[in-house]
Amino acid sequence: MLNPFTIAKRLHAIGLSGIGQRNAEFVLMYNQRRFYPRVDDKLITKRLALAAGLPVPQLYAVVREEHEIDELHEKLKNREGFVVKPAHGSGGDGILVISGRRGDRYRRANGALLSREEFDHHLSNMLSGLFSLGGQPDHVLVEYLVQFDPVFDQVSYKGVPDIRIISFLGYPVMAMIRLPTRLSDGKANLHQGAIGVGIDLATGITRRGVWGRELIGEHPDTESSIVGLHIPHWDQLLLIAAQAYDLVELGYVGVDIVLDKTLGPLLLELNARPGLAIQMANGHGLLHRLRKVQALEAAGALAKQPAERVAFAKRDIATL
Amino acid sequence: MKKTQLYLLALVISLIGLGAFYYKWQVLKFPLQAQQQSEIWEVQARVEFEAKSGPNKVTLQIPRNPPGYDVIDEKFVARNYGMNIELGKRTRAVQWQLRRGRGTQALYYRATVYRDQHADFDDTEPRLAVAAQTVEPYTTARSALLEQVREKSVDSASFAGELVRRLNAANPPGEVALLLERKPTPEARAHLAKDLLADRRIAARVIHGLALVETNANAQLMPFLQVWDSESHRWDTISTDTGAETWPEDMFLWSISQKPILEVENNPRAHVEFAVQRTIDDALAVAKGRLEAKDRNLVAYSLLNLPLQTQDVYRVLLMMPIGAFLLLILRNIVGIKTFGTFMPVLVALAFRETQLLAGVTLFVTVVGLGLLVRFYLEKLRLLLVPRLTAVLILVVFLMALVSVVSNRLGIEQGLSIALFPIVIMTMTIERMSVAWEERGAAFAMSEGIGTLIVAVLAFLVMNIRWLAHLIFVFPELLLVLFALTLLIGRYSGYRISELFRFRALAEDPITPAPVAAAPRVAD
Repeated sequence: MLNPFTIAKRLHAIGLSGIGQRNAEFVLMYNQRRFYPRVDDKLITKRLALAAGLPVPQLYAVVREEHEIDELHEKLKNREGFVVKPAHGSGGDGILVISGRRGDRYRRANGALLSREEFDHHLSNMLSGLFSLGGQPDHVLVEYLVQFDPVFDQVSYKGVPDIRIISFLGYPVMAMIRLPTRLSDGKANLHQGAIGVGIDLATGITRRGVWGRELIGEHPDTESSIVGLHIPHWDQLLLIAAQAYDLVELGYVGVDIVLDKTLGPLLLELNARPGLAIQMANGHGLLHRLRKVQALEAAGALAKQPAERVAFAKRDIATL
Repeated sequence: MKKTQLYLLALVISLIGLGAFYYKWQVLKFPLQAQQQSEIWEVQARVEFEAKSGPNKVTLQIPRNPPGYDVIDEKFVARNYGMNIELGKRTRAVQWQLRRGRGTQALYYRATVYRDQHADFDDTEPRLAVAAQTVEPYTTARSALLEQVREKSVDSASFAGELVRRLNAANPPGEVALLLERKPTPEARAHLAKDLLADRRIAARVIHGLALVETNANAQLMPFLQVWDSESHRWDTISTDTGAETWPEDMFLWSISQKPILEVENNPRAHVEFAVQRTIDDALAVAKGRLEAKDRNLVAYSLLNLPLQTQDVYRVLLMMPIGAFLLLILRNIVGIKTFGTFMPVLVALAFRETQLLAGVTLFVTVVGLGLLVRFYLEKLRLLLVPRLTAVLILVVFLMALVSVVSNRLGIEQGLSIALFPIVIMTMTIERMSVAWEERGAAFAMSEGIGTLIVAVLAFLVMNIRWLAHLIFVFPELLLVLFALTLLIGRYSGYRISELFRFRALAEDPITPAPVAAAPRVAD
C-alpha cells in the first residue's frame, strides 16, 4: 500500500497528466472553441476527412427528423450490417451496432435481437438529444459496419476494437488499442468496461492493458495474451493521426481509428478531450512527451509535413 | 505569462474584497458575528403614579452621554402627555405633562444602549462646596465624626471612603446614630455623606448607576458617591456600600443630577422601576445605526436597507456562491462525480425547507420511486420530452403523497416540501436512469451518491449561521471567493480521486528503455 503522497510523487515523476492539467494546459490552450464542432459533430468530421482524402467508414444515411426514421428501414434494406450513432454522441453513448437481421428484427453485435419498434425508439431518443452533449436535438448517422481485422479476434469480445492515438500539434504522442469485453457490451469504450492496451509508438507492438483501475496482461473474456501483439498498418495509423491535426486544427486531440479487414485503417472520430487512461495502458504519463513537442513549438521547429511528424514521434517521442 | 496575469488579478480582487471587509469591520464596526460582543442592552424606566385630577407634571432624570456607553436609540412612551427634554449642564431630564389625569398612570422611557470603549467621567471642576448651616446637637456630632475620619485619611477619596464606612457601621457610635436618624436608605446616607464632605470643603456629588447584568427585570439604581480630586483633576467614585473606590465595568451611569431621579408634582408616592435586558441579535442594527450617523449613503446602498423579505432572499442567495465553491472544490480538487454541474447546490437549497434528515429521506424516496416509474416508462417507448413531462407529473404526485402520508403519521417535515425543486428531481431521475442503462447501475449509484454527499455538505456549509451572517454583512468577501475560484480555475495538479485511479500505475510504471535517460525537456 502506498500513501497518497508517494503516489502523487511517483505519478509526477513519470509525467502523469491529471484531468486538471489536461484541461488547463492542453485542451484549453490548444483547442480553440470555434473548431469544436469539427469534432463534436461526427458528420462534419467525416466530411472534412473525405475532403482531405482520409479513409472513413462509408456513410449510408443521415436522419435529421423523426419522420425520416421510417424511410430509413427502406434505405437500409440491402445492408446486412451497419452502425447507428448520434452525431454529437460522447463516450460511445447511444451507438447501436447492427450486425445482421432476422426477419423484421435487427440483430445487435452482442447477439440480442431488436424489434423495429425498439430500433425506432432508440433513434428517436438520439434525435431528441438524449445522448448528445448538452442534450440539444441531434441528428443520426448510419454508416458502414467495420469488418474488423481478424488479428484481434482472440482479444476482443464481440464489437469492434479501435485504436486511439493522441495527437498533439500533429505529433502522435501516445497510442492504445481498445478492446471490447463482455462487460463493455461490445463497445470499445473504457468507461463502459473495454480494455485499453498501450502501444509502443516506434514499433506498434502492444505493451500491457488496463481494465478499469486494474493492470492486466490477458483479455478477461478470452484469456488470450494482449501483450506483444503487432498492430498492422502501424505507420499508416500514425500518419492518419498526424493528418487529423491539419483537418480540424485542434492541437490536442484523440484520434480514433478502426482497422477494417479489407479497407485498412478508417478514421472513426476525433475527440477534443481524450481520456487519461491511455497513460495507464502505456505505463507512463503523457506529460514528458507533450513537453517535448512544446519544446519544438517554443523553438519554432514544428514540422509542416505529417510524415515528418510521424518520423519524429517514432524516433524521439517513443523513447520517453 | 498568462498565469501571472491571473495571479495578479486574483490578488487585486481579493485585496479589494478584504480591504472593504476590513474597513467595514474595523472602522464602521460591523459585527463579525451575529451575537457579537458589542453588548446591546435595553434599559427601561417605568414611572407609575396615581394621577391627580388637576395638572400632572412628571420629571424623570435620564442618561446623557454615559461614560463607556452609547445610547443608540431611545423611546418615550406616554400616551396623551406633552413631553419636553430639559437639558442641564451635564444632565438631562424628560418632562411629561398632563392637563387632567385619572387612575394609575404608567410612563416609559426606554433606551437601547451599546457598550463602547471605556470613557471617563466629565472632569469640569465643580464649584467649591458650601458648608450647610446646622444646629446643635448636629453641629457637634458632625465635627466630631469628621475629626475622627480626618485622622484616618490622606486625601479626599480616602476621607470620603472612611466617612461612608463609618456611616455604614453596624453599631454606630452615638454621634453617627444621631446623624443617621430618619435616613434609612443608602440613597439618604449618600446625600448625608455629601453634606458632611461639604463641611470640609470637599466637593462631592451623588450619582446613580444601573448595573447591566443579564436580564434584570427588577433592577435598582445604585447611588455612588463622587468626590472631586483637585490634584489629579477628576472625580473619584466611591461605593456607598463599602466605601471602596470603584466604578464597575458593567455600571451604566443613569444620571449625575443632584435632583431626585423622579419628581412628580404634589405626589410623593410616585415611584419608578427599572428593567434591564440584553438583546441578542441586534448587533447589526447598532452598526447600521452608527454607520447612518457617519455616512448615510453607505447604508442607503447596502443590503441592510432592503425590505426585510428581500433581505431574507439575499441571505439565502448570498450563500449560494459558498455552496458552489464547495462544489467546485469537491469536483475539481477532490474529484467527486455528481449529476449536473450545480444540481447538488440546488438540492442543498431545497434541503433548507425540509431540514437535512427529512430532505435526504424525501430526495431518496422520490428519486427512487421515480426511477422505478421511469424504468417502466422506458418500456412504453415515449419520446424524450413527453417522458420527462410524465416523470415530472409523477414526481409532483409522489411528493403530494409523501406529504399526505407524513401528515397522517404526524411527521411535520413532510409538509415543508412545497418548494422542493421538482424539476431538479425530474432531471435527476432522467439522468440517473440514462446513466443506469448506459453505464450500469454501479456508475449511476456512485454519481447519485456523489450528488447526495455534495448536496449534504453544501447544505451543512450553507447553514453555518456565522458564515451566513458574515457573508450577508460583508458581501465583499465573495470577491475573495471569486479570486480563489479564478485560481482553482487554473489548478492543474492531481485530483485526490486520481491518486486512487492511477494507483496501479504508480505502483507499476513501465520503466522506459535506457534511452529515456535523454535530457528532460525544459518547461
